[in-house]
Amino acid sequence: MIFRDFLTLTSSSFLAARMRSFLTGLGIAIGIAAVILLTSIGDGLHQFVLAEFSEFGTNIVTVQPGKTQTKGSNIGVIGSVRPLSLDDAEALRHLPYVENVNPGLMGNADLRANGKTRRSTVFGEGRNFSEAFTMKVQSGTFWNDADDEQARALAVLGTKVKQELFGAQNPLGQYLRIGGQRYRVIGVMESKGQILGMDMDDAVFIPAARAMELFNRPGLMEINVSYRPSADVNTVTRLITERLKEMHGREDFTTISQEEALEVLGSVLSVLTFAVGALGGISLLVGAVGILTIMTMAVTERTAEIGLLRALGAQEKQVLMLFLGEAIMLSALGGVFGLLIGIGIAQGLHLLVPALPVHTPWLFAVLAELTAVSIGLAAGVAPAMRAARLDPVEALHAE
Amino acid sequence: MIELQNVCRTFIVGDQQVAALRDINLRLDAAEYISIMGPSGSGKSTLLNLIGLLDRPSSGTYLLDEGNVTQLSDEQQANARRDKIGFVFQSFHLVPRLTAAQNVELPMILAGIPPEERKARVQVLMQNYGLSERADHRPDQLSGGQRQRVAIARATVMNPTVLLADEPTGNLDRNTGWEVLKLLEGLMDKGITLVVVTHDAEIGARARRQIHMLDGRILSDEQTN
Repeated sequence: MIFRDFLTLTSSSFLAARMRSFLTGLGIAIGIAAVILLTSIGDGLHQFVLAEFSEFGTNIVTVQPGKTQTKGSNIGVIGSVRPLSLDDAEALRHLPYVENVNPGLMGNADLRANGKTRRSTVFGEGRNFSEAFTMKVQSGTFWNDADDEQARALAVLGTKVKQELFGAQNPLGQYLRIGGQRYRVIGVMESKGQILGMDMDDAVFIPAARAMELFNRPGLMEINVSYRPSADVNTVTRLITERLKEMHGREDFTTISQEEALEVLGSVLSVLTFAVGALGGISLLVGAVGILTIMTMAVTERTAEIGLLRALGAQEKQVLMLFLGEAIMLSALGGVFGLLIGIGIAQGLHLLVPALPVHTPWLFAVLAELTAVSIGLAAGVAPAMRAARLDPVEALHAE
Repeated sequence: MIELQNVCRTFIVGDQQVAALRDINLRLDAAEYISIMGPSGSGKSTLLNLIGLLDRPSSGTYLLDEGNVTQLSDEQQANARRDKIGFVFQSFHLVPRLTAAQNVELPMILAGIPPEERKARVQVLMQNYGLSERADHRPDQLSGGQRQRVAIARATVMNPTVLLADEPTGNLDRNTGWEVLKLLEGLMDKGITLVVVTHDAEIGARARRQIHMLDGRILSDEQTN
């Protein structure tokens, strides 16, 4: 049989029962649509968070004070935690593979300049901040004092702070007060927008030592270590851990590599994907039962026709293929319909709620369609085999 | 052309063996016109199905065009049926969702004949049988006579060796029935062997060779002029 004739024949039979075929296909369509919709949202979120993360640059290991224990509870202050100091940060600078080390902490403070006051985020950072985090200085420079401890009172402004306090004026060389202390403005950062909900433009950057003093904190909130892209993250983490243990006497800090953070995110998303897959799987199973039912009915209804086809010289194989083809075509069309619904709803949601990132991976669409086709195949096999094995003489006389 | 040697066919009904055909010996030549008559249960339909390769003998030999077709595989049997045998049924057996032309095309589709050739052959047949204007109609838009003519066109489109007609006029009124019979009888000019199964003596009498069956045996096999 020529393939085009095969298609014409199979489609003619389910076109003859349009409503029934539509409803059967709908079962598959709903399953596929659910899977596609939820994976589109899941993948959109994944890509969104990934993009946010890499805004800070890649190849970064973060060290935070305090050891996160997965078991047992903290009873009072038995294990007192030694804060991370600028010395710790300085020590990490000399490790192999390390490119930049940035001590960091943050808080809020009143900024005053030109008779205007604004409350903004104040970041205490190291001199390599801009290189470590791929944040560029738009005008002026970042401070470059060799000794973080003895850092001068210099400040770099975020674009929004600059705009609010200085307007169109050139702020470079001017002074502003941060929490009462006087700082000289030496630079303005490039606009960076929001990252993970934090407005990086509504911020001021000052040396970490100054910030500790300002916020009256004994130590840093974190040390970010950026390493050469060619280096292995585990090696870098091990070197950092060893060096700090040497300095602190014990492991009272936590290292988090960006890869680890992404892995956690990935595992959360994979649980989500699994749940979605299970839900979609159930609806697809229901769809498969629908196809099985409809095909069983079709074989019964068209028994005389099967007998006729056999009398006209159809081989068992050809009858099998015709019915199998019909089941597959039903579920494949249902699958395509489901893809359209799923992508349609996902894009519609994106139009309604632009903040919701949506992305349909092509691989998923293809996999979903393949799943639909295999469901048709699986559900169609039994009825098609029954059709093929019918005794032609008996089939011819069925009414 | 067609030769049955010592053919038996038994069915198992419950735990009993029922002999539908007992030791049939029969030879049909090209362009012969044979009618098979007998009461129901005499085995005439079983004989027809056997000749039509829809069934297999329990014992004995069946030669079709000098070839032994007794032990063919399903695929070979189906192909032989497609290429050498045409069926015409009492209830027409047209596929309701296909047009008249598509119904005629069906055996050629199964055989994988290219569309251009199919179209040409269908057109010629439809013209010959006076169905040109009905080509695009579905079976439920055709009269009984037209339906049977479509069925005959379908049965002959592959130029078969033998055409088997099972009560071809059973669902038609008298006049239409005669017309259909005349159409069938005309096929002998093309060298097709025509076998008509009927219990209508008047129709059976039109055939030059008349076979009467009873209880699975051939009771009489008469040649008339």
